[in-house]
Amino acid sequence: MMVNATPILNASGITMEFRGFVAVNNVNLSIREGTIHALIGPNGAGKTTVFNMLTKFLTPTRGSIEFRGRDITGLKPAEVARLGLVRSFQISAVFPHLTVLDNVRIALQRPAGLSTQFWRSSNVLSRLDEQAIELIEAVNLAAYTHLPAVELPYGRKRALEIATTLALDPAMLLLDEPMAGMGHEDIGRISDLIRRISKGRTILMVEHNLHVVSDLCDRVTVLARGEILADGSYDVVSADPRVREAYMGTEHD
Amino acid sequence: MSVEVQSQPIARQPDLRTLTRLLTALALVGLLAAPFVVYPVLLMSMLCFALFACAFNLLIGYVGLLSFGHATFFGGAAYFTAHAVKVWGWDPLAGILLGVLGAAILGLVVGFLAIRRQGIYFAMITLALGQMFAFICLQVPFTHGEDGIQGVPRGHLLGFIDLNEPLSMYYVTLAIFLFGFFAVWRIVNSPFGNILKAIRENERRAVSLGYRVDRYKLGAFVMSAALAGLAGGTKAIVFQFATLTDVQWQMSGEVILMTLLGGIGTLVGPVVGAAFVIALQNYLASSDFPVTVLIGIIFVVCVLVFRRGVVGELLEFVRRREGRPD
Repeated sequence: MMVNATPILNASGITMEFRGFVAVNNVNLSIREGTIHALIGPNGAGKTTVFNMLTKFLTPTRGSIEFRGRDITGLKPAEVARLGLVRSFQISAVFPHLTVLDNVRIALQRPAGLSTQFWRSSNVLSRLDEQAIELIEAVNLAAYTHLPAVELPYGRKRALEIATTLALDPAMLLLDEPMAGMGHEDIGRISDLIRRISKGRTILMVEHNLHVVSDLCDRVTVLARGEILADGSYDVVSADPRVREAYMGTEHD
Repeated sequence: MSVEVQSQPIARQPDLRTLTRLLTALALVGLLAAPFVVYPVLLMSMLCFALFACAFNLLIGYVGLLSFGHATFFGGAAYFTAHAVKVWGWDPLAGILLGVLGAAILGLVVGFLAIRRQGIYFAMITLALGQMFAFICLQVPFTHGEDGIQGVPRGHLLGFIDLNEPLSMYYVTLAIFLFGFFAVWRIVNSPFGNILKAIRENERRAVSLGYRVDRYKLGAFVMSAALAGLAGGTKAIVFQFATLTDVQWQMSGEVILMTLLGGIGTLVGPVVGAAFVIALQNYLASSDFPVTVLIGIIFVVCVLVFRRGVVGELLEFVRRREGRPD
């Protein structure tokens, strides 16, 4: 695979303090364009906090973030998404009472310029159907197209979330535990899906399943107690005694 | 499994659509014939408040924002329209449009300040700003304080429709109401309305898809305020006055009650709720029974027993009979 050496996303010295509690301390992250990068670490290491800072749902107390050479530290979350840095959430983020088709169309509406028209019938949205159905088929949800998202099984909801995210055709995806709470079969399916969509994109994902990480990711960053413990390929990182200790330590808890 | 779930609504849909069309046609005929059976002023009062409740419902039912200051837009527009028509001698339609514009501008200011907060804080900010506006209305000279603006001439709409004729006035009011009702329906079922639904369903997700949700909420707030203004301006022409009653917080409370009673988030609910409350007030006005006590009791019963409102419960009943899960 062609890997571009320039970082698409660069976080330097980002720190998050909540009333004196330092959740994330002086983290430097550099994500290379076109790679699948994993952020791993024991519970409470601050992975989701890092995600929230990168997508601006939290503003770092200190430090700066650059995306495609542009400083995004002061931007709002919606602006970051508009620049092509789109995230998913740990708890599956769908619009529960809208159908699968509507879920994907919501994402397509903004780029198509069909999100502010209040004087037209929503029938005009049918012109997005073709594109939406293509995305739905890409994640194997064609049989569920007209079902409300709330009625989907858990694994399928995650697939829908990915289809919705892909609808924005983002340059970079941040996936927060895409396999959390999934059965074996679903994990295989979502892994395949992530590999497929990674073509021409950059992916940063938080994941607990180390088997998935070793299988899927080009590079791994280990976070523990809010600080970076190790960074490198899976083999290098997994051989690191400090990483082993951090993981063993939590297993004994 | 999915096949079974999908086939049911598809099979039922034509049924429901014909039923909806039939009911709509019946309602229209009923509204056209009503002034020959019922006292027109009572009907016009119902229509004005029904439109006000529809405007309010656009915000609470489809965006999930509880405004406790909607009297500002209703009563504010009533003052603007009354002043323009009485003092400046404007055409009633132009006066009403001025009321709509004024309400939209007030909505922009109030919405801009309140939209950053959610839930009870949003409600409290709108209430506080509403109280401020009521105080301003008491103080500034053009509203004539406690007296209000009285004796607003109904005049001739567009110069040739004599609104002093009760029937003409009724049909104009009906047209305005239908326009407002259609506007709410259109907004709810538009691409914009789709995004509003998404924001109500999962705001964080909408943000992460790049939607500046504050702007969408503000947009809906201004539209709601403008439609409330349409109701208020029309009311000023119908009743020929604008007073402090229309801008005070009790009016904001009344519209909440009407919407809740009829069914939040249903299109027809606010109309039913408004018609019921106005009919009750009218009926009890001649008796010694205190209206507020009875309305209080109804409110409590509504919240305890049928939380979805009359129309909401009815729809739920139909849905359950169709065998669809909640």
